[in-house]
Amino acid sequence: MPTEPILKVIDLQVSYYTDAGRATALAGATLSLNPVEKLGLVGESGSGKSTMALAMMRMIKPPGRIEAGQVIVDGTDLRTLSDEQMLKARLSKIAYIPQGAMNSLNPVIRIGAQMVDAIKAHDPKANKADIEERCLQSLESVDLKRSVYKMYAHELSGGMKQRVCIAISILLKPKVIICDEPTSALDVVTQRQVMETIDRIKDEIGAAIILIGHDMGLMAQFVDKVAVLYAGRLMEMSTVREMFTNPKHPYAIALINSLPSLDNKGVFQGIPGLAPSILRLPSGCPFHPRCSHVMEVCTKEIPYLKALEDGRTVACHLFSDKA
Amino acid sequence: MADLLQLKNVTKTYVRGLLSKTATTALANISLTLDDEKPTILTVAGESGSGKTTLAMLLLGFITPTSGQIFYKGQDISTLSGSDRMTFRREVQAVFQDPFAVFNPFYTVDHLLTVPIKRFGLANSKREARNLMNGALEAVGLDPNDVLGRYPHQISGGQRQRINVARALVLRPKLLVADEPVSMVDASLRASILETLRDLQKSFNVSIIYITHDLTTAYHIANSIIVLYRGSVMEAGDVDTIIKSPQHPYTKLLIDSIPWPDITRRWGETEIKAKETDYSDQTEGCKFLARCPFAFWPCKNTTPLFRLSEHQAAACFLFEEKPRIEMERLTELLPM
Amino acid sequence: MTATTLATPQAQVTRPSRLTLLLRYLRRNKSLTIGLIIMFGLIAFTIIGTLTLDKADAYPLSVKPKQPPSAEFPFGTDFFGRDLLAAMVVGLWQTALIGFLAGGVAVIIGVILGFTSAYFGGPIDTTIKGICQILTPIPVFLIQVILAGSLDKRDVTIYTMAFIVVLLSWMGPTLVIRSQVLSMKERQFVSVAKLSGTGDMGIIFGEIMPNLLPFIAASFVGAVFAAVFASFYLAVLGLGPLREPLLGNTIWAAQSQGAFFNGWWWWPLEPAIAMVLILGSLALINMGLDELANPRVRRTE
Repeated sequence: MPTEPILKVIDLQVSYYTDAGRATALAGATLSLNPVEKLGLVGESGSGKSTMALAMMRMIKPPGRIEAGQVIVDGTDLRTLSDEQMLKARLSKIAYIPQGAMNSLNPVIRIGAQMVDAIKAHDPKANKADIEERCLQSLESVDLKRSVYKMYAHELSGGMKQRVCIAISILLKPKVIICDEPTSALDVVTQRQVMETIDRIKDEIGAAIILIGHDMGLMAQFVDKVAVLYAGRLMEMSTVREMFTNPKHPYAIALINSLPSLDNKGVFQGIPGLAPSILRLPSGCPFHPRCSHVMEVCTKEIPYLKALEDGRTVACHLFSDKA
Repeated sequence: MADLLQLKNVTKTYVRGLLSKTATTALANISLTLDDEKPTILTVAGESGSGKTTLAMLLLGFITPTSGQIFYKGQDISTLSGSDRMTFRREVQAVFQDPFAVFNPFYTVDHLLTVPIKRFGLANSKREARNLMNGALEAVGLDPNDVLGRYPHQISGGQRQRINVARALVLRPKLLVADEPVSMVDASLRASILETLRDLQKSFNVSIIYITHDLTTAYHIANSIIVLYRGSVMEAGDVDTIIKSPQHPYTKLLIDSIPWPDITRRWGETEIKAKETDYSDQTEGCKFLARCPFAFWPCKNTTPLFRLSEHQAAACFLFEEKPRIEMERLTELLPM
Repeated sequence: MTATTLATPQAQVTRPSRLTLLLRYLRRNKSLTIGLIIMFGLIAFTIIGTLTLDKADAYPLSVKPKQPPSAEFPFGTDFFGRDLLAAMVVGLWQTALIGFLAGGVAVIIGVILGFTSAYFGGPIDTTIKGICQILTPIPVFLIQVILAGSLDKRDVTIYTMAFIVVLLSWMGPTLVIRSQVLSMKERQFVSVAKLSGTGDMGIIFGEIMPNLLPFIAASFVGAVFAAVFASFYLAVLGLGPLREPLLGNTIWAAQSQGAFFNGWWWWPLEPAIAMVLILGSLALINMGLDELANPRVRRTE
């Protein structure tokens, strides 16, 4: 029985208005996520992945602007909510753990107080003892001792701080949790611990996870589906198995080939050239200057996302009718 | 056959506190020798707190050892002065982790290259300097017109790190300390930067000490590896052997936790014991004791290195039947 | 390894001229703009005044006393026979002199001591820091009043006033610049400069100081503000060089002659307004520079 997706993003578009002109940070992204599913959003810096996360949270500030699109979480289109309702929706329906969150913990108040703040903002009338118990349980579910409740941020290690951020994000049992590079500053063993923690709590509270990053290895270990972004455009979305064994989009193929593995020591296959700045995008498909399968039509027309028979989506003229 | 670099029983401890002094050993009794005529790539691997950054700072001469000595071309670096010191400065260089932090935001990115050219007298005229810069930038895959004259915030992270590596090319050092050079760079760019580093070693005879916690990249460019944990050597030897068949429990944990981009090789069965370490420094015994699933009674004593093969040794009592090898002979284990 | 050049992008974006970008920035940073406008207005007033008026009119017994503002005397005259327009012009000039002199010297001391202390550390740092910390809690106002009050009336000049102000105002800039240098010297570009063969002086002047220029400018404006304010309140108390038409002096004189009771409202009002304008513009410029020096405070870039 097919389940209704818990998250549906339809044609989301974000622009930035700068002194040098208007830049399209995200050009019409469309994807969907089922409950308790894990999606990886992969791309280089400037590809639009953080922008997409912020847009889903309606946290884009001027000079950025969400131009169009829908973000439907559990049946509600977040873009139709008033500011007040959106405030409530954040953390209770959809939560966001930003990059470097562990460094944004308030250094002068205790961890417990920060967690209580988060709950009180949504439920001002809740009973004090109740709130405390909820926070302690949250800490336990991320494998931290109850004593962390009374500690300060500087007394914790990087991995512990990151788990505190996860604990805060699950306080109100949201349906979707977006993690933006949650482990970039952590070393390999701590990274594994944190990711295993996220995996476990998602089952406990029944949330879907969006993992944003550029480490394909992490994606292979953790997610169910992978979406690849380039220059603000969604290029391919496949299951993780398909992405690693049979990628379709030339950029995705080049990415997979550039990954180091234990079998090809010393072989380096980088992608030549550099990703374009969104202020100076090439015409047609933004990847065409670096693409090994480039055709005439690629320099003229933008390829739009098309669904293939197996349910994957690709934005490439090799698969559009123009080939 | 001169020794380029020699570390002799180098230890670095930090003391904190005024009344009750707590000492933390950042690096314990490391001895290492690099040969002038055999440039190699050695990886120093470890998590944060392992001492790898301390080692980098010691090699660059930014801090001095608490005990032991560091010799560069036969001279103790703490006694260098005058032109000898300038030579050392020029021949021992670094590529740092954060591509943005190395740029002075007040100047354009050119500053990073023009300062060493001027200070070390690498060019005799502005034209020569410009050619030198252009050559180095092109060698790392950048178009000089795209980056010169710009400010650091105007170019991308990948471009910034490439300029960093170009700086190393311009200087042609004898020893390059690369401290996590690709960890803050997008995965797709890592390959090209690593390839440039390896070319440096092959074409320009530069020895590279590649410091990282990412063993995948280490596997690809290094010849030998030293695995550090809280200042002590856990395992050392040939990089292929150690990554494909690690022996020390800590190395096993590390390798197992690597997120391989391979869906058939998932995070393994090695359970992570004792999630958080208590950082109080135990002076005796194996540093990995608190987290080791195999710990048994001898581990409370200082663990010597046991030689498992010509190019592999582990500091673990699980191998107590194997012959011991003194810390001072660490270099013998490393294939150059 | 060969470089692959990108295909020429079709859409060319024209970069706006530097002047346009500067004007746009000024539009966003309103406090800096308004502060500068007022400041330029005051400077223009002073310059035009100095060129067109006779400075001697600012001193007593020059013109007909106690005249309200009129066509002949746009600012009126005071009890002692000063042309208040001339007095304002000269007074503004002198206030500016004290402010910039005292402020400038305090900041120069701050830069020298702050840099030395932070960069070289050790016992030098402990000494300088210690002295600053001991002197800071001393009630500045009190000491200034005592010092100014104990001077022989004939010895009090603009320069002695500036000296008294500097005496207790150099600690602030020193500590603040010291902490900036402390954090900046740990930055990685300093390490890289060292690796590139730069010596200590090269690092201080070439690497660290350029980055601190906006900060030093903001400290300077703050120091000028404090100096102007200090000279003002000392003069209002009658402790200034009484012959000079310093703004504070004028108010003191007006008050001692009971100006409001006698209906000479223009006499104390003009210097008061002038003071508000000076201090106000300095404060606005300070806030504006703060935003320039600290990009995190910048609103919508």
